[in-house]
Formats: sequence, C-alpha cells, structure tokens
Amino acid sequence: MTRVHDMGGRFGDGPVVPEPEDEVFHEAWHARALAVTLAAGALGQWNLDMSRHARECLAPKDYSRFSYYEKWMAGLADLLVARGVVTRAELAGEDPAPSPLADRKLAAGQVAAALAKGGPADRDAGPAPAFAPGDRLVTRLPARNAFVPGGHTRLPSYAAGQVGTILRCHGNHVLPDANAHGLGEQPEPLYSVVFDAADLWGAPERAGDEVTLDLWQSYLRPA
Amino acid sequence: MRASLQCMPHDHHDHDDPHALLPPEPALRVKALETLLTRKGLIDPAALDEIIDTYENKIGPKNGAQVVARAWSDPEFRGALLEDATKVVADLGYFGRQGEHVVAVENTEDQHNMVVCTLCSCYPWPLLGIPPGWYKSDAYRARAVRAPREVLAEFGVTLPADTRIRVWDSTAEVRYLVIPMRPDGTEGWSVDDLAQLVTRDSMIGTGLARQP
Repeated sequence: MTRVHDMGGRFGDGPVVPEPEDEVFHEAWHARALAVTLAAGALGQWNLDMSRHARECLAPKDYSRFSYYEKWMAGLADLLVARGVVTRAELAGEDPAPSPLADRKLAAGQVAAALAKGGPADRDAGPAPAFAPGDRLVTRLPARNAFVPGGHTRLPSYAAGQVGTILRCHGNHVLPDANAHGLGEQPEPLYSVVFDAADLWGAPERAGDEVTLDLWQSYLRPA
Repeated sequence: MRASLQCMPHDHHDHDDPHALLPPEPALRVKALETLLTRKGLIDPAALDEIIDTYENKIGPKNGAQVVARAWSDPEFRGALLEDATKVVADLGYFGRQGEHVVAVENTEDQHNMVVCTLCSCYPWPLLGIPPGWYKSDAYRARAVRAPREVLAEFGVTLPADTRIRVWDSTAEVRYLVIPMRPDGTEGWSVDDLAQLVTRDSMIGTGLARQP
C-alpha cells in the first residue's frame, strides 16, 4: 500500500474550480511559504524526493485538511527537525542557536541563478534500457517501495499490476524510491508507458482513451 | 545520512509531529518558520522577496505561449520541439527548476492531451509559472485520470465525439507541455499575435486556444 497522497482515480472529491490566469498566489502567505521552502531547500540538507516524501508522510487526516501550502509548511518543519537543522524546542519558540549551515544561506543575488540552474534528474550512469517502444509490460503489484516499507514510490496504486505499452525512453533518471531514503541515486531507465483507460478503470468515459505515466525500469517486467 | 531518513520520522502519534509545534493559523505558521530560519542565519528575507518576484512577475504562461505560437508558425521549430523540447525551450531561455526535462505533446483532431500530477503537483514552472490552485486540488488530482471529460466540462470544454483523450500523469521529472490546436482564421498572424490566443489552461489541456 502507498499513502494518502496517492489519490489518482479516487471518487468523491467534487468539481474542479477553474480560476483566472493572473492569480499567482491567493494569499501573501502562500508566496512566503513557497519562498521559505525553496530557500531552505537551497541549504542542501535534503533532495527533492525527500521533500516530496516528507509531505506524503503527513498523517492522512492532516494531509486531507491542510491546503497545498500548509502541506509544504508541515513537510518543511518535519524535515528541518529530521535533518537536525532546527530543534523541536526552537520550533516551539525557544531562542534559536546560530546554525553551522549559515554559510550556505541563499543570498538575494544568487536567486536567479539558482532557480535557472534547476536540478536535472537524468544521469549517464545506470543500466542500458531493457525495453523498447512498443514493448508490452506489466507494472509492480502492489505499488510499493521495494527498499523501505511505507517508503516513497512514484508508481500510483491505480496503475499497479496493469499492462501497458512503452511509448518512449527518457534515458536514465534518478530513482526516487532510493533517493528519498538516502540510498543513493541508483539511476535507471525511465519510460513513458501508455495504458488503456478501460484496463485502469473498468468502465472508461470513452473507449480508446488512454493514460500515460513515467515509470522506472524496476517498476516493470515483461507482460 | 542519518538513519532516521531510512524511514521518515513521521509515523507516530500526530501530537509528536514537529509541525504540530507551530502556531495553528497558517499565515502565522509560515511567519514562525521564516523568523526562526532567519534568526538562525539560514535564510535571507531579501532572497525570499526575489523568489516571489520571479514567480509573480518574471516567469509565467507567457513563456509557454511563445513556444506554442512559434510551433504553430514554424514547421521546423515544431518538428524540433516535438523531437527534443528540453533543448528547444532551453535555447529560448526557458529552463530551470521544475522544467529540467520537457516533452511537448500536440493536440490533433484525433487526440487531445491533458496533463496532471496525481501524486503531488508536478508542473512545468519555467514555461507556465506556479501551478493554479485547481491543478493542485484533490479534485483535479483524483479525477483528471479517471474522468477527463467530466473535468473538461467543468472548464466549459466539450471535445468532438471521435477525439480520444490521452492523460499524462507526471510521475517523474519530465514535464509536459500541451500544444493546443491552432484556431482557424489565424493564417498569416505574427507569433506575438498568435501567442495572445494561447491560454495557460490550453497548455495543460483543460482548455482550448482562444478563438480570434
């Protein structure tokens, strides 16, 4: 089993509410939450997969009641303590001690370059692709992290144990299932895999509709 | 690497979660974190202002609209974009965080493409900016993969009966840009005029390009 964030295909969520294109942040604190998260990430004490997993590890009742940026705040607070960047006492309001990481602080003048640089996930290292476009494959069942019980994975439950067809190979990408848990990057071939909506949902909205996912080689075996 | 990360430290009673130590009101929670990290010398409030300014004023769907308008106007550009969008958009200066690997998918009369991230909210930031609230909502994440036509109807979009939908669930670091169909009656338009027809939602696949 995966976690509360794995909601693809779920029933009961009500309508999607469109919004105008010029509304970037609904509240000033949303913008601040985004910026604090990015600036804290720049300290280099965790990677993107760890920060995703920190949000996924919120208790289901918290995950469900928190708005998007509240999840970010909660995930960040938990990561800061887990990585020893701040203490629980400091989070609770005790006078903070100076941090040995202060020399890594992202300066205003470094922001543009840091955001433009990004963090590419492709790697030269890793195995050769075992599959080619057109190959029929079956995905892991159940959707789970094979290294750590309850760990991070990018195989959604709705696509677990399903037969799909390789559309394209993206080359080797960092494996989130390992990288989220400090087990190294373990890059693997990443593929776009297309599934028939009728297979995923039983009764699709229309025959012939499809869903594609990007899936790592270790999630897949020949059908 | 600390052993605690082998299994994240959150699977215990929720009153033990560090985040529960923060103030209950969200705006105060953010303020508390910002103040703490600033006092520890770990973040610079001026850098936060710079990050916010970038996503409020410098990066947004106008970037993606330029790419789409050029693809509509220039067959060679379109071909290169469909072949290797990462390189083509980087050459235009659209690269960076949450846009390191880009694939462009083209809508046709036969196939309509629509993008979602069911597991979080992955989105091509350098091309479209910060994702809209609905893209990050449970409703969109849950329903776009199973009921894309219902979702499109909520955006006022009805597709022809013989158009197939392909939904792209962004489960890795590859970001998808939808190239909407070019509206009729725009022959000979300039790239800048065409770009005015390209909405954010049309590049996610929940909308169509504006009619001239």
